[in-house]
Amino acid sequence: MNPSALDDGSSEPAAQAIAQAIAQARRWYWQRISAMVLALCVLVHLVVMVYAVRGGLSAAEILGRTQGNWAFGSFYAVFVIACAVHVPVGVANIAREWWGLREHAARVLSLALALLLLVAGLRAVVAVVMVTTPA
Amino acid sequence: MKHRNDHRARAHPAWWAFLMHRLSGLALALFLPLHFWALGQALHGAAALDGFLKFADQPLFKFAEWGLVVLLALHMMGGVRLLLIEFGSASGLRKNWIAGAVAFAAAVGMAFALSLFA
Repeated sequence: MNPSALDDGSSEPAAQAIAQAIAQARRWYWQRISAMVLALCVLVHLVVMVYAVRGGLSAAEILGRTQGNWAFGSFYAVFVIACAVHVPVGVANIAREWWGLREHAARVLSLALALLLLVAGLRAVVAVVMVTTPA
Repeated sequence: MKHRNDHRARAHPAWWAFLMHRLSGLALALFLPLHFWALGQALHGAAALDGFLKFADQPLFKFAEWGLVVLLALHMMGGVRLLLIEFGSASGLRKNWIAGAVAFAAAVGMAFALSLFA
């Protein structure tokens, strides 16, 4: 069944309800798929953090690990993308259920959050992996 | 239609697991933009990143960092529990995983605390 066909010009409540149910199932699916990726990423991140904070954090230490390290870079790029998929779904659910946001507002919030996390996250990856600065 | 749960529905470990999962997720979601912004300081050079790290090197920030690490560990294991409930073989609410998630978060919290003082 094509959900956009149901959405198209039809203001029938039943058709709208079906379209919303399909959208909800899709959000559930993407949240779970991203969760599977994130579970692995977070496990690695926890180990890196416990190791990295020993003796305090310094830019030299952090950038020494990350600059020009494409394995690190691609790992954290995947991590960021999975976050940008996962986080907006959960926050929009909270907005609907706890803060009483309507469907449209919840979708706008989730899209804005996805863009913010994607742009800010990839910017951070570029900053620590690709930008080389004099020490 | 809005239904409200009363205390009977909440007097259950799975409800507390739900609440902790939701609150930890929300805290992590609020923290992420700040985290990305902080790392993005490296765009302006190592000195700019160091400036932020020095600013954040105080007890209150370290405690908040520690708290976020614990919440991350809790949210991860709580999420694995949900994935097992939904995609694994049928085996109820997996309350043993709730206990396991709390234990895992506590262990990660202790490891991180030891590293902070190392």
